[in-house]
Amino acid sequence: MSASTRMSSRLAAWLPRIVVAPSLLVVIVTVYLFILWTGLISVTSSKFVPTYDFVGLEQYVRLWATPRWHTAVANLFIFSALFLALSTGLGLLMAILLDQNIRAEGALRAIYLYPMALSFIVTGTAWKWIMNPGLGIQRVVNDLGWTDFRFDWITDPQMAIYTVVVAGVWQSSGFAMAIFLAGLRGIDNSVIKAAQIEGATLPLIYRQIIIPMLRPAMLSVIVLLSYIAIKSFDLVLALTNGGPGTATELPSTFMFSATFRRNQMGVGAASAVMMLMTVAAIIIPYLYSELREKNNG
Amino acid sequence: MSTLEIDRVRKSYGHFEVLKEVSISIGTGDFLVLLGPSGCGKSTLLNMIAGLETISGGEIRIAGKTVNELSPKDRDIAMVFQSYALYPTMTVRQNIEFGMKIRKVTQADRAKAVKTASDLLQIDHLLDRKPSQLSGGQRQRVAMGRAIVREPKLFLFDEPLSNLDAKLRVDMRTEIKRLHARLGTTIVYVTHDQIEAMTLATRVAVMKDGVVQQLDEPQAVYDRPANVYVARFVGSPAMNIVPAVLEVQGSTATAVIDIARRPAARIAGITLSSEALQRYAGKKVLVGIRPENFSIATGAAPPSLTIDFDVVEPTGPDTLAVFQLGGVEVTARLPPKQAHAGQEAALSVDTSKTVLFDIESETRID
Amino acid sequence: MAEALSQSGKARLGRIVIYTCLLIVALLYLMPLWVMVSTSLKPLDEIYGGSFIGLPKVVTLDAWRAAWSQACIGTECTGLKPYFVNSLLMVIPAVALSTGIGAINGYILTKWKFPGANFVFGLMLFGCFLPYQAILIPMARTLGLLGLAGSIPGLVAVHVSYGICFTTLFFRNYFVSLPDELTKAAMVDGAGFFRIFWSVILPTSIPIIVVSCIWQFTQIWNDFLFGVSFTSGSSSPITVALNNIVNVTTGRKQYNVDMAAAMIAAIPTLVVYIVAGRYFVRGLTAGAVKG
Ligand SMILES: Nc1ncnc2c1ncn2[C@@H]1O[C@H](COP(=O)(O)OP(=O)(O)OP(=O)(O)O)[C@@H](O)[C@H]1O
Ligand SMILES: [Mg+2]
Repeated sequence: MSASTRMSSRLAAWLPRIVVAPSLLVVIVTVYLFILWTGLISVTSSKFVPTYDFVGLEQYVRLWATPRWHTAVANLFIFSALFLALSTGLGLLMAILLDQNIRAEGALRAIYLYPMALSFIVTGTAWKWIMNPGLGIQRVVNDLGWTDFRFDWITDPQMAIYTVVVAGVWQSSGFAMAIFLAGLRGIDNSVIKAAQIEGATLPLIYRQIIIPMLRPAMLSVIVLLSYIAIKSFDLVLALTNGGPGTATELPSTFMFSATFRRNQMGVGAASAVMMLMTVAAIIIPYLYSELREKNNG
Repeated sequence: MSTLEIDRVRKSYGHFEVLKEVSISIGTGDFLVLLGPSGCGKSTLLNMIAGLETISGGEIRIAGKTVNELSPKDRDIAMVFQSYALYPTMTVRQNIEFGMKIRKVTQADRAKAVKTASDLLQIDHLLDRKPSQLSGGQRQRVAMGRAIVREPKLFLFDEPLSNLDAKLRVDMRTEIKRLHARLGTTIVYVTHDQIEAMTLATRVAVMKDGVVQQLDEPQAVYDRPANVYVARFVGSPAMNIVPAVLEVQGSTATAVIDIARRPAARIAGITLSSEALQRYAGKKVLVGIRPENFSIATGAAPPSLTIDFDVVEPTGPDTLAVFQLGGVEVTARLPPKQAHAGQEAALSVDTSKTVLFDIESETRID
Repeated sequence: MAEALSQSGKARLGRIVIYTCLLIVALLYLMPLWVMVSTSLKPLDEIYGGSFIGLPKVVTLDAWRAAWSQACIGTECTGLKPYFVNSLLMVIPAVALSTGIGAINGYILTKWKFPGANFVFGLMLFGCFLPYQAILIPMARTLGLLGLAGSIPGLVAVHVSYGICFTTLFFRNYFVSLPDELTKAAMVDGAGFFRIFWSVILPTSIPIIVVSCIWQFTQIWNDFLFGVSFTSGSSSPITVALNNIVNVTTGRKQYNVDMAAAMIAAIPTLVVYIVAGRYFVRGLTAGAVKG
């Protein structure tokens, strides 16, 4: 009897591990093994299908010699910088304004955040129509009498990337607002009261006390928005399809078209590895610090 | 109902040793209190008895049977947790019935058991409520009800009263004592409140850093603490521990304690074994005196010491008077209105209750 | 007195400024939705006549009808209907599976911790931030090898694989705050691994189940990358079909049909957002706010 209870208690001890094992296996294969696989393909001469002949860093050299990739990287910098700055600034501003005992707060919050529920494809489709030079906003303003008003960024290779910024900010600034608002709500009210008793004005309290206290929220917003920026793909595809020409190419669209449209699988894999390394450089330190704080706290 | 033997039990988390060779053994119907400061390993030990933590070494026997390898459900125990751990989505009745359902007790028997337990604990009007609709004391009762219907060999309580307010805590304490008298089940009860330990226990195990310092009846722990740590931990205000030099006269000893700007205090008539008398004659020792063992000297007996009171704190039934003795601060519990700050006073000491400790090892000298 | 008055006057002015700012931003945010809806209800001639922002003069559902059942995607002129169904067939099993698996993973990683449990969680957590371009090629190959290429079950498998990273995160962070004593009490009561999960833990986790379902639903419904990479033709999800409709270059561009199609693709997630916005926000901030 004691032997069988021991058996069953040993089984009970292993049961959790057995149950979690399939998930772990799936994640190890589909995340980590696949990353390695992509890495492997990036050092082969694969074109239409993977071929496993080692060519060293040739694909990386070719990648960095491609003007289109340079455009993509430059665009990523412009896009991320503007997207981050505008979304964070707008999100913070709206969160602070909403935190002033606003009557219809719930409704307003819902309005700022609904774009987050939409697919980037829908967002792109809508903004493409809004920014249509012939029939969209430009036409409306022209019809109002301001006849030389021009808003044709979407067809202007110099300006097209900024249309992606506009649509991206519209979609994601509500997200920043939600996180900042949660951060604001987490701040102890007595801190603000104490500062008020000392005679500090509201703007001063915000600048000197509250915004510095939002640092963890700020970090989260910046990291998560960077991640959204780097993987932005559908938005560009729906809004500009990478064009005009290659004017709005991003690394994500570059990778996709190299791999699936231009039969340059090796170059596509190399660009995917570059993207992964960028994301990892941002995310891993963030996760590390988040987890460590959680364990301490 | 049964005995419990904890035999050289050890527990470590990695390199960190939480319990070091703990041995405790109690008889049927005993009420064992594990008493100690936060982090000393009380809950860990209780969880090991319950089977919720693995045992790194040694043996635990319930009713003579080794249970090291048994899962909690096979140990015939019931447990009450500090946070009560009521299942939040179940009603009180479902909470109490849950274990019985798992053990496949019939509907009729379940209803009977719930009835008995809820009558005993006066919670029959709460049976259809959810835990969130109960007060702290009511939750506590439900948690006990859940344990009682199990009719276990052994009840385990982990600081069951520490989330209650002071008044309720006293009431529930009485309730638990009554329950024990009524059911007669062996109980292991964890607390860091020494008053709970004194009032409830038939046996107290005082723990520190994973080591049992003393295992004895509560009064014995109070009167004859095994070491300075136990002496200070049990009793409030704590026992005064004062350095002294031991003078031996025949079969008794006198502790001589320096007092600033006054003649030294002489606490005479301390009885010790002849061995101890020999060993400590003329040596430094620590003297332990409970606050209530001081009294204002009357004409009959010569005073042991003359001091000046620094601070006087009336508590109602008595007055706590603080003064300097042997370079440390000492508290005496005196009848009300007998002491005033700044007043000079002659005090005598009840020598029969005085204990001595070795100055190095801090263990009691007999 | 006068000072107090001007004080409160200043405060009132401040309030007015705040409300004005908030309202302007709200209007800007609503504008694209308004434009989509109103355009989709206008006849094409009215649109080409230059009515962009205004109310439709003639309200017609023709564009919606066309988008639903007539618009051409590639060479097939079936409208969005079959793709809407595809998306439903994909999203329902994928949400159910990933939420269920995430729940049990979260339960294990908090209440049945084993050596290395935190490391396992770390492995899964990174999966939440994976740029999917990095696994696109191997996944396409693997789906091909498994015979799942271009099929709905294949997409479900992909979404479940990466979805469990998120759902495990949700449930883990929720279960961490449930007291361990709850599971201990149930163990003393004699309940085992599955019994505790089913009778004690799951009933307390309705809110996080809702969060997980909504998050997964939105993510999977809105996905485009996996859809466009791993399916083609009639097995595509709705986002891919929408993109195809919009990018048709032949003939006179039917903006009203485009907008109706975009609305059709957006409605399921919008409805979920309107009905359960509170939970949606929780899912959104789960990755950022410490649990
Ligand atoms: N899972 C664990 N891993 C590592 N150390 C642990 C673990 N559980 C408990 N400990 C450590 O073991 C020691 C004893 O813990 P235990 O919970 O038994 O204390 P306790 O006496 O019940 O204290 P309290 O009165 O605060 O409940 C503590 O120092 C604690 O930090
Ligand atoms: Mg404890």
